[in-house]
Amino acid sequence: MTAEAELAREEPRAADIAAPAALPWLRVFYWSVRRELWEHAAVYVAPLAVAAIALIGFGIGAFSLPDIVLAAATPGKERGLLFAPYEFVAFVGLVTSLLVAVFYSLGALQNERRDRSILFWKSLPVSDLTTVLSKATIPLVVQPLVTLAVVVVATAVMWALSMLIVLANGLDARVLLSEDLIPFVWRTLAEGLPGIALWYAPLYGWLMLVSAWARRVAFLWAIAPPLLVAFVEALAFHTSFVWRWLLLRMFGPFAFQGMRGGQPGHHWANGDPTDWASPHLWIGVMLAVAFFAGAAWLRRSREPT
Amino acid sequence: MACIEARGLRKAYGATVALAGVDLTVEQGRIVGLIGPNGAGKSTALQAILGLIPHEGALTVLGRNAWAERDRLMAEVAFIADVAVLPRWLKVSQALDYMAGVHPRFDRAAAERFLDRTTIKRASRVRELSKGMVAQLHLALVMAVDARLLVLDEPTLGLDLVYRKQFYDSLLNDYFEHDRTIVISTHQVEEIQHILTDVVFLDRGRIVLDCSMEAFEARYLEVMVGPDQLAAARALGPIHERRVFGRGLLIFDGVPREQLAALGEVRTPSLADLFVAMMGPAPSAEAAA
Repeated sequence: MTAEAELAREEPRAADIAAPAALPWLRVFYWSVRRELWEHAAVYVAPLAVAAIALIGFGIGAFSLPDIVLAAATPGKERGLLFAPYEFVAFVGLVTSLLVAVFYSLGALQNERRDRSILFWKSLPVSDLTTVLSKATIPLVVQPLVTLAVVVVATAVMWALSMLIVLANGLDARVLLSEDLIPFVWRTLAEGLPGIALWYAPLYGWLMLVSAWARRVAFLWAIAPPLLVAFVEALAFHTSFVWRWLLLRMFGPFAFQGMRGGQPGHHWANGDPTDWASPHLWIGVMLAVAFFAGAAWLRRSREPT
Repeated sequence: MACIEARGLRKAYGATVALAGVDLTVEQGRIVGLIGPNGAGKSTALQAILGLIPHEGALTVLGRNAWAERDRLMAEVAFIADVAVLPRWLKVSQALDYMAGVHPRFDRAAAERFLDRTTIKRASRVRELSKGMVAQLHLALVMAVDARLLVLDEPTLGLDLVYRKQFYDSLLNDYFEHDRTIVISTHQVEEIQHILTDVVFLDRGRIVLDCSMEAFEARYLEVMVGPDQLAAARALGPIHERRVFGRGLLIFDGVPREQLAALGEVRTPSLADLFVAMMGPAPSAEAAA
């Protein structure tokens, strides 16, 4: 081999040494989140599908819209029938997203062990903490944003359709411009979603911890221990603190009756998703941090086979 | 600095000892075959090297503690477990995007070139590909990583002969283009014998043979002898004997070639035959063919 050829052969090695030891953390994190969305299209497909069905229903019901608008435009008459579909879409979008997030969390760290793809993921320079954080981002950040986007678009389409029908019938369109309609629904959802996501963070964290731990039937492992504790408490002390606490964690935001205006002074005890001072909320957040950390530790230390 | 340095590597699962104190040194640039029967501890050893399992004893891979620094180590190590580990939902294009997104030493263009030589479509999902195509895809991803150490655990399991041949050809071409160390474990010993520089036999968690291929060729000889020479050959202390078409096929350890040449045709035994000789039942227990 000539000296030149030798040099040419050596050249890529010099480049190797210059190659960065690791890519910026945010870049790795970003692609890890994208990866989750590739695998779990339900995160956005399910809310979209539900919104589409709701829109079809609304379209079918649109023939009775002129009557409803007429009734709503009369002072002192019930406006509920006009507003209800908007709130319904927001509510159904929210519930769908929560359900998707629950099932996502339950499978997030189990699927990769079941199909052994964890051996592929672990052959790449991505830490277990980064992986778990990217998975936690789905229910905590991505899912609420998807919910908001889907509900905003769906209600906007409904509103535009209503406007067309109202104008075509030569009715007074002012009732559709009411503060209580589109702005109310959008604002309530935007204000409520961050709190709701944080409120359910310990649930997602618990499910991911179980997902990282259970070999199979993660669902049973997720619900049996809390129920068992509540059951033992009821038998031993004839009290129901655990049971009520579980109900609060599960249904807190839905027990809150303040969707329409609400009275001041609501607390997390009945689930006001905008009460940021509530200790219940922050106790839950601390629990969530512990659960996610536990999930990362389990993924790191468990043997992949 | 050695690429892999293990001292007293031990791993037990409950009462089952998978690795019973392994000392192993793999220098840079070698191609090491890790060969052993089922349950010998091959996969356990490879998983320890990859930082996937905790263990007892000292283990340094590329100067790092594999268990403590897995994610950083993986920037310089590429790994194929077996063909089944690519997730079935993954699209080929997504695999490329993701690798380029998270791996500092992934050369996307190289992976694309490799895929262009196959019939794999970018829009296909892994579940739509045949077994051989999945192996090709995985190989394309792994080969495009400029890894200093490549670990292959049964990489051709379940593939047909054509794919296995292609796989090792690609592997070897790539090896000569880069400066890397390769550790392979496989059952198909014959297929990798010609590409190895070193061979390690593992049995019940212990290393029973660890030598370079040159040393292997110098040390082990196989002689085919007729029935009349059989007694003389046996007197030299073969480590293994079997019958082929009425003639004896004997393997010797460290007996001079000239001495054996007088008895019959001398050649280097295949790794597979030596493997059977060392791992199989004792010669006396073996039935004549």
